[in-house]
Parts: sequence; structure tokens; C-alpha cells
Amino acid sequence: MNSELIREIVDRNEANNNGLISTMEEIQSKFGYLPREALEKVAEKTNRSLVDIYGVATFYRAFSLEPRGEHLVSACLGTACHVRGASLVANEIGKQLGIEPGETTQDDKFTFETVNCLGACALGPVVVVDGHYFSQVNTSTVSDILKKSVEGFDKVEVATDERIFPIEVSCPRCNHSLMAPDHQMDGYPSIWITHSYGLKHGWLRMSSLYGSYKSEAEYDIPENQVINFFCPHCHTELIGAADCTECGTQMIPMIVRGGGTVQVCPRKGCKGHILDL
Amino acid sequence: MISFELNGLQVQVEEGSTLLEAAKFFGFPIPTLCHMDGLEPYGACRLCVVEIGEGSKAKLVTSCTYRAEEGLKVRTSSERVVKARKMIIELLLASTPQSKVIQDLAAEHHVMQQRFRQEHEDCILCGLCVRMCKEQMVAGAIGFRGRGENRSIGTPFDMKSEQCRLCGGCMYVCPVCTLRCTFNDPDRAVCGGCANLAAPCVEEEKFHDLMCYMSPCVACEIVEYEKEKQTKIEG
Ligand code: SF4
Ligand code: SF4
Ligand code: FES
Repeated sequence: MNSELIREIVDRNEANNNGLISTMEEIQSKFGYLPREALEKVAEKTNRSLVDIYGVATFYRAFSLEPRGEHLVSACLGTACHVRGASLVANEIGKQLGIEPGETTQDDKFTFETVNCLGACALGPVVVVDGHYFSQVNTSTVSDILKKSVEGFDKVEVATDERIFPIEVSCPRCNHSLMAPDHQMDGYPSIWITHSYGLKHGWLRMSSLYGSYKSEAEYDIPENQVINFFCPHCHTELIGAADCTECGTQMIPMIVRGGGTVQVCPRKGCKGHILDL
Repeated sequence: MISFELNGLQVQVEEGSTLLEAAKFFGFPIPTLCHMDGLEPYGACRLCVVEIGEGSKAKLVTSCTYRAEEGLKVRTSSERVVKARKMIIELLLASTPQSKVIQDLAAEHHVMQQRFRQEHEDCILCGLCVRMCKEQMVAGAIGFRGRGENRSIGTPFDMKSEQCRLCGGCMYVCPVCTLRCTFNDPDRAVCGGCANLAAPCVEEEKFHDLMCYMSPCVACEIVEYEKEKQTKIEG
């Protein structure tokens, strides 16, 4: 239990006037659930009684007071999904994982829950795994979904997905190409730039596949760290005018060969980007 | 001052007073259940409904939370109000028939039947105890938990509370559990209701989750003990 981290989260959210729910959401996203110590800390820091915090935590289905597995599988049992056989799908998921809804597998890999409507009725039966929506699921596709969730959704299927294509970029200041043909990622030349944060300064490679978020860096960049990007040729800092639509950080621009720009968010872990061709 | 029409009578009240306060002041009785002087109005039980507006715009509102407005037309016992009130009492009877307070309400309002599936809840979620604990005792030991049919009153994590002052205020205000603690002493029980009703804690399968703040309640153990003694003596 990291009480330092909890204190930091609570203090920051308090300072930003963020309200209880967003504080609790952040705690849940860090720990995967709401540990009791965390709720006590929140109550203490926000001058509320613990039972009020507990009441909020038990009111919303999105909050969990029990540790959850690595992957969260939610099967929708809303009316629209139900009439299309969602209960069969839910049973199948339960059978394959060997658990009942609301439980977590022994190896802490999966938590399975049923929900009452995900607001995507036209796609039913809907199953959501770690925020990824699967539509028109039937009992035969369940095992595939579970397999994919273990392998990771970020694995790119270049051949089959038309939204994914390689881009070639150059520095917006000196127009030198930022491509490194000798260092391939996802089977294409990677984008090579210099990055720095704190006192660290080193190289960083990103996949040039639009839709892939792979990157490698000289140093391990901590999650949520905002890093500064520099052109390895003219050493100018790459800094743009647009703010990330996901997290509001100032984005970094690059010129796309063939016309247009691409902007990516410099916050580690954030997938915000704008492609303008 | 705000002037409005109360049962056809032109009345004036202070700005900010509720319809319930006004009606009380001018002598029109309105039954209440989740309202208590000194606690924030909460509007949970809906028993205090009155009708406001006219014609097709007429609607029912809870008088304990509705503030008087200039020119409002209020009826505290129109046919619609009486019907709604009786229905609410009937529903309350269906969930907590053992409550003396609710039985009295039913008698007072001539509710002669209960047409719904009989249940034996131990709480109507009126929130009196929660407000008592928070506003008068400044303890904040108990509160609402969960939602929907899983909503319940209790302490966080069902733990013995460190905030609770053991004042008993929550039980004192509760309209449902007033009978609970007199069971072990039927002679002193005010209404005698406990003599014909099983104590909630005895019929465990009917009354799951007991919410007595002293839980586990010792009252029934005393009864058991007394009974044992009695059989020993007799035997
Ligand atoms: S007995 Fe405890 S829970 Fe009940 S009102 Fe008093 S302080 Fe609150
Ligand atoms: S325990 Fe009693 S006072 Fe508290 S909400 Fe339930 S019925 Fe009301
Ligand atoms: S007294 Fe007004 S809603 Fe209960």
C-alpha cells in the first residue's frame, strides 16, 4: 500500500477542486480497486466522514472495493443485448474463466462482471474487455476475445487493419527526415528523436505505424511523465500550438512527407494524437 | 413575506418556509415520517405529499422540501392527496408491517388492506438515523451504502464504528425499530406490540441484516437465558 501515492493523488485533486469522484477514479485506476486505507485517507483529507466516502464507493458499479484481476471483462445483459443472447455469452465467459460474475480468477488474471447497459445497444451483444468494445459477440467468439485480452490489444495487425499505415516524418524546423531505416519497428523504419525529462537526456524511437503506440527509449520513462522532444539534427525543441485532446498537454508536431502534419502527445502512456493530411 | 393560498385560505409566511411548516402553523395536519424538526428535510418517505397548481398543471409535491412560493395554490387533503397518501402507507405496510409507527399511520388514515406481497424489511431507508447521527450527534458513524435493492444503512465496511458515540439516537428516531429493544421486557413495552410480534432478531431468516448499532444485539440472548432459567426451574 503506497500511502505516499494516495496522499499525492488526494492533495492534487483537492488543489484542482476536482471533487470526490475523480479522486476516487484516479485511485482506482492506480490500484485497480479502492483499498480501505485509501478511502480512509480520502475521508481524512477531505474532511468528510468515512461512511460518506464508502457510500459513494458502493453506489457506483464502476468502483470496486475488492482487488480486481489484470483484465476486466464486462458482459452486457441489458435488454437489447439480452434478446440477442447475451446470457449465453455471459455463461460462456463464466464457463471458460471458471468463475461466476463478480468474481476474479485464482491467478488474478481476469475479473468477470455483468453490467446492465453499456449504451451501445445497436452493437449487442456487447462485451468490453479493459475498455475495448467487442460487438455482436456470440459463444464461439468468446475464446478469441479472451485470448486477445491476454496477448494485448495493442498488438497491431497491419495486414488486416486499414486504419493502420506507415508514415514518414521530418522535423518542422530543419525539415531533416526523422526516419531511421536501420532500426525497424513493427516492420517499418522507426521515428528517431532525442528526448529529455528531468536530468535524463537520450534517444527515443517510435513506431512509424499510424495506430501503433510502440516506443523505445534510452531510459525507462515513468507513466504519465511529460517529456520534451528535440530534433536530433538541428536540436530544436519540437513544440506545437495544439493541446492534447486527451490530457491537455502541449503536443509535439512533425511534418508528414507528402503534405500534412502529425501531432502526438508527449505524456508517456497518453495516446492523444492529431493527424492532419 | 410570501402570500399564497392554502386550502382556499389566503395566508402569509416567511420567505423560505416550507409548505409543511406553513400548513402546521395554520393548523392543517400533514402526516410525516422522514421529517423531524432539527434535521434537514430529506423527502424520502413521500408521505407528506400535497397538491399544488390547478387543472392539468396540478401536481403532487413533498411539502417537507417544497418552499412556499408567491401565489401558489396548495391543497393538503384533496382527493388525489388522500389517495396517494393511503397508497404510500399501504406500501410501507407491505415492507415493514412490524413498525408501530406505520401501524398507527395506517389506522389513522383508514388503510384497511394491504394488497401487495408481504415482506419483512427492517428499514424503510427514511434516512432519519443517518441525519440524526450526522447533524445532531456530529458523529457521521452510519450512512447509506449501496444502491437499488441493495441499499442499506450501516457503518463503512460493516466494522464496529470508532465514530459512534453509542448514544442510541439512531434507534430512538427510527420509525421501524422502535419495538426492537423492548422485546426482552414486554411488561415495560409501551404498546405491547412486541408481545404478539416476534422480535426481529429472533426470526433471523425473515430479518436478515440486522442493523442494531449494538449488533450483535444482546437482548435476545437475555431472553434465551431467561427461558433456559425458567425451564430449569420448572424442570
Ligand atoms: S448511536 Fe452511534 S450511530 Fe447511532 S446516532 Fe449515536 S453516534 Fe450515530
Ligand atoms: S434504520 Fe430506521 S431511521 Fe434509519 S433509515 Fe432505516 S427506517 Fe429510517
Ligand atoms: S416527510 Fe416529507 S417526504 Fe417524508
